[in-house]
Amino acid sequence: MKKNILLVGANSDVAQAIAKLRAENGHALWLTGRSLEALQPIVADLKLRYEVEVSAFVYDAETSNPEALILALPGLPDEVHLAMGYLGNPICIEDAAETTRIMTVNFTAAVLLMNALVRSLIQEKRNAVLVGISSVAGDRGRKSNFLYGAAKAGFSTYLDGLRNFGYAHGIHVVTVKPGFIRSKMTAGLPLPGPLTATPQQVAKAIVKAVRKRKGRVYVLPIWELIMLIVRNIPDFVFKKMNL
Amino acid sequence: MGRCYGDSALSAHIVDARSLNHFLDFDSSSGLLTVESGVTFDEILQVFVPRGWFLPVTPGTRFVTAGGALASDVHGKNHHVDGSFSDHVLWFDLFTASGQKLRCSRTENADLFHLSLGGMGLTGIVLALAFYMKPIETAYIRQHTVRCENLDETMAGLESYGNWTNSVAWLDCMAGGKAFGRSILMLGESAKLQELSPKQALNPLKIHSTKGIPFPIDMPSFTLNRFTVQAFNRVYFNKHPKGSQDSVVHYEPFYYPLDKVLGWNRIYGKRGFTQYQLVVPHQDARKGLQDVLELLAKRRMSSFLTVLKIFGEQPENYLRFPKAGFTLTLDFGIADSLWPFLNELDQVVEKYGGRLYLTKDVRMSADFLRRTYPMAQEFIDKLKEMDPVGTFRSLQSERLSIHA
Repeated sequence: MKKNILLVGANSDVAQAIAKLRAENGHALWLTGRSLEALQPIVADLKLRYEVEVSAFVYDAETSNPEALILALPGLPDEVHLAMGYLGNPICIEDAAETTRIMTVNFTAAVLLMNALVRSLIQEKRNAVLVGISSVAGDRGRKSNFLYGAAKAGFSTYLDGLRNFGYAHGIHVVTVKPGFIRSKMTAGLPLPGPLTATPQQVAKAIVKAVRKRKGRVYVLPIWELIMLIVRNIPDFVFKKMNL
Repeated sequence: MGRCYGDSALSAHIVDARSLNHFLDFDSSSGLLTVESGVTFDEILQVFVPRGWFLPVTPGTRFVTAGGALASDVHGKNHHVDGSFSDHVLWFDLFTASGQKLRCSRTENADLFHLSLGGMGLTGIVLALAFYMKPIETAYIRQHTVRCENLDETMAGLESYGNWTNSVAWLDCMAGGKAFGRSILMLGESAKLQELSPKQALNPLKIHSTKGIPFPIDMPSFTLNRFTVQAFNRVYFNKHPKGSQDSVVHYEPFYYPLDKVLGWNRIYGKRGFTQYQLVVPHQDARKGLQDVLELLAKRRMSSFLTVLKIFGEQPENYLRFPKAGFTLTLDFGIADSLWPFLNELDQVVEKYGGRLYLTKDVRMSADFLRRTYPMAQEFIDKLKEMDPVGTFRSLQSERLSIHA
């Protein structure tokens, strides 16, 4: 059955990889991004490669109204991938605007959009799968990226609750916690090879999780182990560590 | 993709174009395809073969990007009929050293257009390009194979079968005496639907297999020596019966026999290999090729894969390699004795008015480039004018004193 799939933050490498996998199966794609111009090559590419329906919509986490986006869509989606994210300056405690931006893109706007979608889905009695791309950074705050981590922790917790809430309404929620991904967001950063996934690997894991109705997924299994250890380091040790 | 055999794509800092991997437009009436420069030939085939279109020109591997194909001005088995890849490019967008994005074509920024064809990426970063694809009825090739017993037969064969779109000769560089220069000549024409076997006709536009077999280990570097190469060549040559044979084969074994084995270069061992591709003009080509092959025998060097092709007419254009004549490709495992030998070969190539392909080169001298490419100095002067500090450079451009 052909599905309508909404990809929020479609300019991201992970979203593009998901789009390709879903287009391969003939599904229709609705892409959102901050600028239509930036989405244009992605739309053209998907149409040319897979001969599927692809349309693009402007949605900016910081300025757009989620209700307006939903109204602009041709209908309600069967599957949503929320892939927007903003790593930001890791230590920006002096910079209120940057802090707000990190919180808005990774948490507030993400939650408001998911809420709006779920409201409409329940109203129309529609089943759907909602995928939120969170992060292992949310599993425990570390000094190197705790603002981003805090926002992602909030988002992970929200997704856990939403999964519980959505169950009765036929809405399934997937929380994805990729570790390092080789992508635009991490371009130029030195990343440890064995712990770093490609956007294609992340996309594959996500599509599999959707198919198998999984709740939480780490993309590389090693991250589940790493974060288990990180979470269990006693705080009197952890606070002195350089992570 | 970083697949250049030499140092053309190496530098202290590298711009990886693989994220520029979007197909942008296709006009099915003219076959004009517009892609970002990081899209690979492999991807283009996967998308367009099922729709009845093929690349206008392809090198012996599909693991190259469209931008790289332009910068290397790649050629294929059809050069004598279709020219090289650049000849099919209508326009491209170039990001220049001055930070501008310029549309370049034969009518717009024409000089920059010509400088960039085969310009080894030194004029800037190609962002997107448009080129004409070729319509095909099937994904198969009608192949005609001819066994040529010596160099004269080989060269005459390549010339007399010039009306075939694709032609190439696999040469046994180890054979001496009467069999000197013997080869298997392979000719190919895109097959029509009625030429396919019933089994092939079930899926006439079948794409290549996307799974490769990884080559498991680095072989010891003595694996390919004169004796094993000689033995291999003898077996391969004799596998082909005298005279000629006809068959219909898929494009994958015809164009990309080595792509099936991922990391096949590991057969050369840890030290790797280099390719030496030369072209000699028709006049005295017979003598030139003989001198090259004789020097190989005299110095007891062996080339595992030796390929001879014919180039059609092509106007002299800056650093573009092809010109009318014969082009010979030799593969050598890296060894200390190789470098002085290749210097000797250079002398033979120059004597017969030939030159070497920059995309395969890792060792020619700055002087040799200037002596064998008549427009090299003009290229360098114009490049300096556009980009005085040499923003876009490579280890090769530094080695060849194109950049200081």
